[in-house]
Amino acid sequence: MKFSTFTKAITGGIALSALLTGAALAEPALIYDLGGKFDKSFNEAAYNGAEAWKKQTGGNYQDLELQNDAQREQALRRFASQGANPIVMMSFMWESVLAPLAAEFPDTNFVVIDAVVDAPNVQSIRFDEHTGSFLVGALAAMKSDSGTYGFIGGMDVPLIHRFYCGYAQGVKAVKADAKLIENYTGTTPAAWNDPVTAGELAKAAIDSGAEVIFAAAGGSGLGVLQTMADAGKYSIGVDSNQNYLHPGSVLTSMEKRVDNAVIEAFTNAGDDATFKPGKINLGLQGDFVGYALDEYNKDLLTADMISQVEALKAKILSGEIQVHDYETDSSCPL
Amino acid sequence: MDMGAILSILDATLRLSTPLLLACLAGLYSERAGVFDIGLEGKMLAAAFGAAAVAAVTGSAWLGLLAGIGVSVATAALQGAAAISLKGNQLIAGVAINMLAAGLCTFLGQQWFRQGGRTPALGPNGRFGTIDLPFANEVAGVPILGPIYSELISGHYILVYVAFLMVPITAYVLYRTRFGLRLRAVGENPKAVDTAGISVVALRYQAVIVTGVLCGLAGAYFSIAQGSGFGNNMTAGKGFIALAALIFAKWKPVPAMFTCLLFGFLDALQIRLQGARLFDVEIPVQAIQALPYVLTVILLAGFIGKAVGPKAGGVAYTKER
Repeated sequence: MKFSTFTKAITGGIALSALLTGAALAEPALIYDLGGKFDKSFNEAAYNGAEAWKKQTGGNYQDLELQNDAQREQALRRFASQGANPIVMMSFMWESVLAPLAAEFPDTNFVVIDAVVDAPNVQSIRFDEHTGSFLVGALAAMKSDSGTYGFIGGMDVPLIHRFYCGYAQGVKAVKADAKLIENYTGTTPAAWNDPVTAGELAKAAIDSGAEVIFAAAGGSGLGVLQTMADAGKYSIGVDSNQNYLHPGSVLTSMEKRVDNAVIEAFTNAGDDATFKPGKINLGLQGDFVGYALDEYNKDLLTADMISQVEALKAKILSGEIQVHDYETDSSCPL
Repeated sequence: MDMGAILSILDATLRLSTPLLLACLAGLYSERAGVFDIGLEGKMLAAAFGAAAVAAVTGSAWLGLLAGIGVSVATAALQGAAAISLKGNQLIAGVAINMLAAGLCTFLGQQWFRQGGRTPALGPNGRFGTIDLPFANEVAGVPILGPIYSELISGHYILVYVAFLMVPITAYVLYRTRFGLRLRAVGENPKAVDTAGISVVALRYQAVIVTGVLCGLAGAYFSIAQGSGFGNNMTAGKGFIALAALIFAKWKPVPAMFTCLLFGFLDALQIRLQGARLFDVEIPVQAIQALPYVLTVILLAGFIGKAVGPKAGGVAYTKER
């Protein structure tokens, strides 16, 4: 039985590649990053967006999961030379690869999420992670009176520091004398997929008194969520809505509506008439970032907490609260 | 640093050394019998996948453990067939096992569960819980020894206790039983063993199977005790660190335990030192994460002296014609 599915997969693969080399098609393409398509987080959000687009429009798209860094250039070049349009890429790791290839394929429209590449045929989408993280930080501080709050990031890069910095400011906005524990699972891309180390970091933070930990670590974050659920404490998910993973333990999730961004890109970026190159910032306005509230965590967030956090959100939108963005000066004044 | 912080580091040390110790003892059996095994990593990974997959489907951690051991023993037998019966190069057989396991686990995981090679998250019965030893709560109030017993020694996964129990058992088997004597002999001078009328091939197969069982325990520890489900490459090079520990310990069980505890301790320390400050300057994360490796090099170069492995290691045995 397994053998037959195996052969089917093989023959399917051969048929597909024959099809791809045969005809140039202007279908959109999506390249996931190293965390993997089903990381229940950043990449899975993109996949969900692509699937939603497929359902709405009946169109087809191609996608590809990277296995290692060396495949980036090769994967992007393959899609571009096959005529895929637009090509959507996930993660900040694309900057150096995309810049030369965008010049080489001037007729292809590229959309890159979480990175900024300055070229006439590239749309760079950035999310205001700092403001969304600010809100979940505020919720963490309202939920726990321990005075110590944890943060576990994936790879130690400026983007993840941006999450941390927003989160820390949110915590301090509610509890000015709070102590923060800041950890990262590693310094290589493998750090996105290391739940065991992330779980150990969470245990260490619990031992230091943390009752809530925000995990901004892609696939590694699952280890944090599991550890906190085992210990009967709270965690905060990231990118996708991860509340359902451990109901009663995941306090909320810092949602980045990557899915909406992918739908938008698939719908409009393929046609030069509707394609908007340049840098686009998606933030609290339009709810592109924010805290997730659903049936899995509605018992954890009281009406009072929600009204307080909504008030903070209104103040950020009106400019009354300025959330410092780590990436403007690579520092996090608290 | 107070008592609580020290206990919490030592507690993490036990958790982090367990898979190293199991893999290290696994390698010890195989290498003492004259079969170099750099396939520890692959066998652990295969076991981690087998255990998580079966635990996810059946919802039973014990069935998962059995499956993990089964997969690992089968992989070990395959490696044994290549290295012992077919007289292939032992190092290459090990590398092949590592590559096979890394690719096959992800491929099968994707075919069966459709979650990008990951297995579904396990429910409470699909994982081993922690065990509280008797009287742990009662003696917690006793000064010094109380917290050591209740926090450090009690409250671990069952596989942690199994791993540390395997140390005296291995020492006994190796130095006090007929099997152990023959095992050591076959790694030093297989011709003498053969002359005495004992089958070198059969002995080496037995050793490799024991290696498989222990790697199975180590792999299952990753996916159904410490973790909750299989993730791609989740063993993260621990098999190679175990191999280094084995050389470090000069292929002896009790030193192997201390070496693995040292590596586990450095790892635990690294996790807790993140964000630490020295003279008001924050130590970079990269420096702290490199600490275990730097110390390993220093210890290896400075303290251990010459490590000489079993004399017949790495060579397939051929009877004279």
